[in-house]
Order: sequence, then C-alpha cells, then structure tokens
Amino acid sequence: MPRSFLSYIAQRAVQCVLVILIGITITFFIPRLSPTDPVETAVNQAVMVGQFSHPDAVREMKEALIRLYGLDGTLLQQYVRFWKGLLAGDLGPSLSSFPKPVMTLIRGSLPWTAGLLLTTAVISWTLGNLLGSLAGYYKNQRWASIVGIIAMALHPIPYYIMAFVLVVLLAYVVPIFPIGGAIDIGLKPAFSLVYLSSLLRHAILPSLSLLLVGVGGWFLGMRTLVTNVIAEDYVTYAKYAGVRDRVIMYQYVMRNALLPQITGLAMQLGLIFNGALITEYVFSYPGLGYLAYNAIFAGDYSLIMGVAVFSIVGVSIAVLLIDLAYPLFDPRVKYQ
Amino acid sequence: MRSRMRVISDLYRHDPRCRFALSVIFIVVIFALLSLVSPYDPGSSYYAPPSLPPSREHPFGTNSRGQDIFWLMTFAVRNSLTFGILTAFLSRIIAIFVGLTSGYKGGIVDRIMMVINDSFVVLPVLPILILINFIMRGQMGLMELAMIMALFGWAWDARLIRSQVLSLKEREFTFTSVFSGTNTARILLSEHLPFVTPIVLSTTINNLLWAIGMEVTLAVLGLSNIGIPTIGTTIYWANQHQALISGVWWWLAAPVAISVLLFIALYLLVVGLGTYLDPRTRIQRMKGALSDERA
Repeated sequence: MPRSFLSYIAQRAVQCVLVILIGITITFFIPRLSPTDPVETAVNQAVMVGQFSHPDAVREMKEALIRLYGLDGTLLQQYVRFWKGLLAGDLGPSLSSFPKPVMTLIRGSLPWTAGLLLTTAVISWTLGNLLGSLAGYYKNQRWASIVGIIAMALHPIPYYIMAFVLVVLLAYVVPIFPIGGAIDIGLKPAFSLVYLSSLLRHAILPSLSLLLVGVGGWFLGMRTLVTNVIAEDYVTYAKYAGVRDRVIMYQYVMRNALLPQITGLAMQLGLIFNGALITEYVFSYPGLGYLAYNAIFAGDYSLIMGVAVFSIVGVSIAVLLIDLAYPLFDPRVKYQ
Repeated sequence: MRSRMRVISDLYRHDPRCRFALSVIFIVVIFALLSLVSPYDPGSSYYAPPSLPPSREHPFGTNSRGQDIFWLMTFAVRNSLTFGILTAFLSRIIAIFVGLTSGYKGGIVDRIMMVINDSFVVLPVLPILILINFIMRGQMGLMELAMIMALFGWAWDARLIRSQVLSLKEREFTFTSVFSGTNTARILLSEHLPFVTPIVLSTTINNLLWAIGMEVTLAVLGLSNIGIPTIGTTIYWANQHQALISGVWWWLAAPVAISVLLFIALYLLVVGLGTYLDPRTRIQRMKGALSDERA
C-alpha cells in the first residue's frame, strides 16, 4: 500500500480522535464550570415536589447524586473516571427511568435516528448532486432555473420551521400523514406488510422535511461547482476532441465536481445530525432527539449528558467513515 | 463609507435576488424598530380580548394571553435580530483571529489551529447547547446565550478566511511590509484584514442566520429564557397554549412567516454578495458597464 494513502488514513484517524477528545472534554467541563449545580437543581426539584423533607434524607440524596453524577473527588480523578466509564460503554443510570442505564435507553433510540439520518442523508446528497450537476451543465434550460429558485427558497429555512410547517400542512390541515410517532400504537415489530407500511407512513414526513432542506443545499453547491468545472480547459478540449456529451458530463465534469461535495458531507454531518434531532422532536419520532427532549422535560441530567456524549462519538466516527471512503473517489490520494 | 453605499446600490440595481433581499430586510428592520413606539409593554398580558383573529385593530390578531401579536412580534423580531447580530459579531472576533494567524503563520501553528478548527466544524453543536442550556436553564439572558453560541460558531468561517490569507501572504505587498519591518499584528490587521472584509461580511450574514435559527430551536425545546420575547419563544408559547388545536393559528403563522421571509432574504443576500464579489462575474459586469457607457 502506498505511503501517502497510509498517511492520509492516519491523519484522518487522528482528527477523529481529536474531535472526540475536544467534544467530550467540553461536555465534561460544562456542568463543572457552570454557576448552577445540577445536583442542587435536582435536590431542589425533589424537595419542591415534596419527596424529601427530612434534612437527613436531603443530605443523603445529595451525596447519592454527587456519586451518581461522578462529581466526587478531585477534578482529575473525575476526568479519569469519566473516560473509564465511557470506554466501558457505561454512562450511568438514567434518573427519570431509574435504574435503567442511560446506555440502554440510547441503544433503544439509536436505530431510529440512524435510520432517519442515513436514508435522508444518502438520498438528499445523491439527488441534490445529480440535479445540481444537470442544472449546472444545462444551465440555460428553463427547468434548471426553476429548480434553482425552489432550492434557494427551501434551503435557508431552519429544520425546525420546515418540519413544523409540514406537520401543520400535511398532518393537520390536510391529514394525509400521521401527526407523529414511528409506528401505529400497539403494533408489534414483525416482518409483515402492515408493520412495514405503518413504518414507512410514519417516516415519510420527518424524512421529507430533512430532504427538502438537504437537497436544496447540495443542489446549490453542486451547481456552482459544475459551472466552474465546465469552464476548465480539459472540458473544452474534450468537447473539441469529440467526446460524447454524456461521457463529458459524467466522467469529466461530475466526477471532479463531486470531490468537494464528499468532503462537504463529512464537514456538514454535525449540522445534519442537529437537524435530525430537532425533526424527531417535532414528529415525536422515538430517536435520540426525542429522547433528549423527554430528558429535558423530566430534568434527567445524566440522560442529556449521555445523549450529548454519544452524539459526539457517533458523528465523529461517521465522519471518519466518509473520510475513509474518499480515496475511492479521488485516485490522487492513493497514487501520489 | 461612500464606496460601501455604492456596493449596496450596485447590489440593489444589478441583482433581482438582492433587490428582494434588501427590501425584505429593510421592512423587517423597520418592523423591529416599531417596537420602540409600541403602545403595549411586551411583558404585560390580557390588555386585549384573547384569541381574536386578525382585524384592522389587531393586524396579526391577539393570542390566548390577551396580547396583540403585531406589537409582540416587533419586540420578538428586534430581540432575535439583536441576538443574531451579537452572536455573529462575537464569533467574528474568534474567526478573524484564527483565520488570519493560522493562514499567515503557516507551518506547525497552522496545522495545530486547523486540527482544532476542523474539530469544531464537525462537532454536533445542538446536543452540547442542549446540555449547557439545560444546566443553566432560566439563568441566561440573550447576552449570555450569544456568548456561548459564539464559542461554537466560528470554525467554518475561520477556515474560509485562512484560505484567503494563504494567497495574500504570497503577494508582493506582504513581502514589502515584512522587509520594511512592519510587525505581524500590523500586517494582519491593516494589510490583510481589508482584503478579507468581503468574505467576513458574507460569513457574518450566514452566522446570523445560524444563530437566529438555533435560538428558535432552543426556545421551542423550552431551553432559552422564555420570559424574553423572541421569534423562538413566541412559537414556544403558542405551542404551550396549543394554539393550533384551539384554532388560534395566527399566533403561529406570524412568527413562522416572518422568520421564513427573513431567512430567505438573508440567504439571498449572501448568494448575491458572493456573485458580486466573484472576480469572474465582476469582469462580466464591468464589461457590461463599459458597453453601457459606449452606447
């Protein structure tokens, strides 16, 4: 294997480790540097509800929470313990569904988020780039400019607003799709037509809202890239040399314009992930975003911490995978 | 200053997208300024009959808390805009510093800075912001939130600024300043900064968009200070009172419509600015202007 390829992989892997390191360190310090103490907040909440009134009971609860949140000992001890727990896949128990471990809850919601994110990211990236290159290549066509205007109007809208407008229009005003959830209530997971169709029907609106924003962005980026690439000398040369239009389009123009878009996908994955989280909340889709929302509602600090930590690790690894796939598209990394 | 006015008038004349964008932004800013002459205090409620549909007296209707939505929205838009501008301004300080130094210094400094930079680009910010806001819930004003957001919103723009500086530092005038003994800070601030101003401007608008959108997101999750009227908290209160189920749709329509318009306008301005600054289209435009003069 050539040296440059190996050094490329090593470089990407180091970057991935660093993202995780920085992200986790930030989440570690947030509750410790913040002027409000999560333990104090939880205790006050419990006292207000009237669960604990005896001073001894309050003190005991406080100590238990400090241990539970890993806030005892010096900062360094805490930091080491934090990492040890993480590496063992242990994020502590959730407070709102005690004693269920946070990890179990996350594992339950992960497939939904991963499914939603993966399908919409792949579809919107492919569709956006395909349409974008066609629109850039045939930029004087009428349809190209119409699609361009639509993309420009859809792309800047925040995920929340888009999801919200869709749920109002297509689930409330014109009730074609279910208002929320992932499957019909009471339906057991099975490989049956009823189950799959219910699954699909519930997934359409959340996916659509992610797609509308996503396709627009990739479309606009790709269109600009393609218009720049077709001005290159080698494209003009290929035209004069009588290379077929279709071959120029797919093998000369698109292949080259696609490379920055792959890097773009890796760079924007964090943003897309944010979008998926907030979309899940709007549609009560039972993924990580909905889990986080319920955790906010229940005041479950350890669960929110768990979702944050897990998101950082998950997104960084996904980015690494995209980076590792990059040499498949760009032979220069391999043979330089 | 005159040249800046010239840019705006150029943008307005040559680009229909910018004409739309600038008009919408102008109207939205006027709308926000109306809050200064509002007859009602945004904190008070039940001064008007609740849940009235839009009418001449209440152009956007009133909400279930007996507030006039038109005047409430003037405050909301003003706060959201101020918040966005504040965040964009603060994160610019970091982005400009990192971009200029990293690009100019090169070598190991550049490499370390860019590795950190790329980490911040990739990091999923929303879960982290949820964690911060959850812990400090209700204790943060818009100023504090803007400061925290600024810490997460600079990375992408720093990279763009750096790439410009990389080419600037190979230019003749940089060598001249170095050889005549100008110190680094001065070269960066008085020689290079003016060149990157256009890109700083367009990234600022982008950042403004991001910040306002993020505020809406955090507010609907109930994580921002829900006592301050913003576009996000207006939606939050409407959802809390189940505006749609009780049929008070105008409570939600106002913030959603205004934010969609504002977002599209700001985005089109970024696009228009990009086209305007792109040397290729610039040459075309200059040719056009020349032929205009000849004709």
